[in-house]
Amino acid sequence: MLYFILRRIGMVIPTFIGVSLFAFALIHLIPGDPVTVMGGERGMTATERAELEAMLGLDKPIWVQYFQYIGNVLQGDLGTSYVSREPVMSEFLTLFPATIELTVCAAIFASVVGLTLGILAAVRRGGLLDHTVMTISLTGYSMPIFWWGLLLMLLFSVNLGWTPVSGRMDVIYWIDEVTGFMLIDTLLSDEEGAFTAAVQHLILPSIVLGTIPMAVIARMTRSSMLEVLGEDYIRTARAKGLSKRRIIVKHALRNALIPVITVMGLQVGLLLSGAILTETIFAWPGIGKWLVESISRRDYPVVQGGLLLIATIIILVNLLVDLMYGVVNPRVRHSK
Amino acid sequence: MRKGLSLFAGAALATAMATSAAADTFVYCSEGSPEGFNPAFYTSGTTFDASSRTLFNRLVEFERGETNIVPGLAESWDISDDGLTYTFHLRENVKFHQRSDFRPSRDFNAEDVLFSFNRQMNENHPYHEVSNKDYAYFGYMGMGEAIESIRAIDDYTVEFKLSSPNATFLANLAMDFASIHSAEYADEMMEAGTPTKVDQTPIGTGPFILAQYRKDSLIRYVAHNAYWEGKADIDRLVFSITPDASVRYAKLRAGECHHMVYPNPADVAEMQDDPNINVLSQPGLNVGYLAFNTNKEPFGDERVRQALNIATNKEAILEAVYRGAGQIAKNPIPPTMWSYNEDVVDYDYDTEYAKQLLAEAGYPDGFETDIWAMPVQRPYNPNARRMAELIQADWARIGVEAEIVSYEWGEYLERSQNGEHQTMMLGWTGDNGDPDNFLNTLLSCQAAETGGNRAFWCNEEFDGLVQQALRTTDMEERTALYEEAQVVFKADAPWITIAHSVVFEPVRPEVKGYKMSPFGSHYFYGVSLEE
Repeated sequence: MLYFILRRIGMVIPTFIGVSLFAFALIHLIPGDPVTVMGGERGMTATERAELEAMLGLDKPIWVQYFQYIGNVLQGDLGTSYVSREPVMSEFLTLFPATIELTVCAAIFASVVGLTLGILAAVRRGGLLDHTVMTISLTGYSMPIFWWGLLLMLLFSVNLGWTPVSGRMDVIYWIDEVTGFMLIDTLLSDEEGAFTAAVQHLILPSIVLGTIPMAVIARMTRSSMLEVLGEDYIRTARAKGLSKRRIIVKHALRNALIPVITVMGLQVGLLLSGAILTETIFAWPGIGKWLVESISRRDYPVVQGGLLLIATIIILVNLLVDLMYGVVNPRVRHSK
Repeated sequence: MRKGLSLFAGAALATAMATSAAADTFVYCSEGSPEGFNPAFYTSGTTFDASSRTLFNRLVEFERGETNIVPGLAESWDISDDGLTYTFHLRENVKFHQRSDFRPSRDFNAEDVLFSFNRQMNENHPYHEVSNKDYAYFGYMGMGEAIESIRAIDDYTVEFKLSSPNATFLANLAMDFASIHSAEYADEMMEAGTPTKVDQTPIGTGPFILAQYRKDSLIRYVAHNAYWEGKADIDRLVFSITPDASVRYAKLRAGECHHMVYPNPADVAEMQDDPNINVLSQPGLNVGYLAFNTNKEPFGDERVRQALNIATNKEAILEAVYRGAGQIAKNPIPPTMWSYNEDVVDYDYDTEYAKQLLAEAGYPDGFETDIWAMPVQRPYNPNARRMAELIQADWARIGVEAEIVSYEWGEYLERSQNGEHQTMMLGWTGDNGDPDNFLNTLLSCQAAETGGNRAFWCNEEFDGLVQQALRTTDMEERTALYEEAQVVFKADAPWITIAHSVVFEPVRPEVKGYKMSPFGSHYFYGVSLEE
């Protein structure tokens, strides 16, 4: 098992170097530079331009910039935003809890609903329930997030008034930031009703963000379950006279889950990229909007640092998923 | 700042809210997070709304809803006959904000004025390098060169000496960057070793006190009870940061905010039909134009420029591109600005006459050229690409074949500043409400050298009028000079003046007393909520 873990961790390092180089190259390859964007319609003189470039370190050759950047990253310094002049890491840490809160809730929604629907569809294969689930998941998968979000918002928030339109919290509550997670901070504060308000604010964004992963998980669970349900050992279990419930939960699901877990791990990337759109629609103060704005402003440190941090999280989650196979399926950890 | 800032204890505020259940909270759905809270560093209206217009005052102010200058922290001022010395008589009994982390021991006085300007002007000032940012507008408006010295004559009199007569000086002092900070707070923070707090959580004399800021989420203010013009009608002001226009609209409809900015043009008609929304509108302080590069043939010939002006159907552009949210521009300055010349006659759309002019200039069969179109939406031009297509079709009718060119925004600005274009679209939004800010910045001979003048047009008569107006302090005289300059501009036609956009601001019907600012800023003192 230890060898397995070390080998998996060893594979992370080249991926990490690749991502850092890619993020750096990508933002520098896009035409337009931050200094010109700062000048706007007004423009600037050659002297002002040179001063600003020197201040931002953009006057050095590009490969020097890259190695300096990597050197700083290895020491834990992701640089300072050109626009706000705040350290990238501190901006990220301020905004990231909101994104995590949203992504985790969306992931829970996607997994619980997706797994349940997938299992039900597989068990009642070919029936009305199966067809309904497959239609829902196909529709969910093809739903453009922006449109879906606005649709739900107009229906539930504007017309029915059941949920708040956007944001993380009603303006009447005064919540001090302790952990950055609104669900926890509202419990820590003595504002009555604030926790309920925080939950209400989470409902629509979580559903919108979780819809596509939910559809993927439902379809994957269904097909994987169907495959397993046709195996000989299931027939044996049936022949032994085990209850249907026991066969499905104990024998079938456990084996069917392996590909599903892989898919769930891959959904983290999808969730984080989807979060960018969802955050924009619901005015959710996470890292999505921060990254999009920094691209149009050519705020190199924020784009590079943000991409690197997100990539790190995706790599780590998938590492965790890989390690989890080992737990779920002994064959994986013993293979060389 | 990592954990967001909170300057009032939550419990204290909760108590305050419980005791005055009827306390009015005004919620403004803003479009983005401010870059910071010291307006001297920044240039965006989003930042000014959140900082200078709520937290601060200036020596002089723009009258609410107008572009003219009224007394602010200076009750009155004298200008010497040579136009070189400005003496300001300061208002007494003006209180600074009081917060849990700062209690001012004295009222506003000359020391605060000196601090606020010297910090920006004097490189050796202990605060000059704090926060390590540029003093953007101080530089743009040429304040460093304009001001020779500032001194306090006594506690309530400050004298500015200028290096040359500059009629825009007063208007510049009403701009956001000239906001007056508390010198006492700055001293205290320097002693405490936290000087950057002066920029992050500043203390001013303005109608609202900064209470809490959470990036991309909200900004909270409470009314300044001891405000010198009287406490604001609303007790609390919240900026609910909502980047998407459709969502701001949804929040306004659901009653989650009282006022929103920048609606989608497509939504305006529906809003106007909604009894629960009042749509305010006003022409913006801007102009969208197409500049001919007069350094390149055939645009050195004014007959060619006139012909293309005449060949362009602006009515159609207004309809298709601005969709009612604009008005045709005939002058390079907007109609809300003083000295706007009503008598200037615009070029009428007339394809036949345009052809004739072009033939006279030696191009009976037209010529090939380019039209540069911005890749981004700007306040003065919602869709440059579409506009370029319409102009392209208009010009084709007189034989001028234009290719549409576009670059990424930064690239676009840089290449056009270098004069790589033949014709290009751009625009301008005013800074200080002074015509000089358009005519000198965009069309002077000096601007042709620095690139601000994208037509590279240098007309001695026009330039003479504009420079003379800058040295004159008499308003009537200045008005006459600018009116004449607009006539010269129109005849020589270095631009096609296309349109001034119209700005819409939807508010809930319970909002009373709100006045739109011609500068496009948002100002909530004087606003009240009616049940």
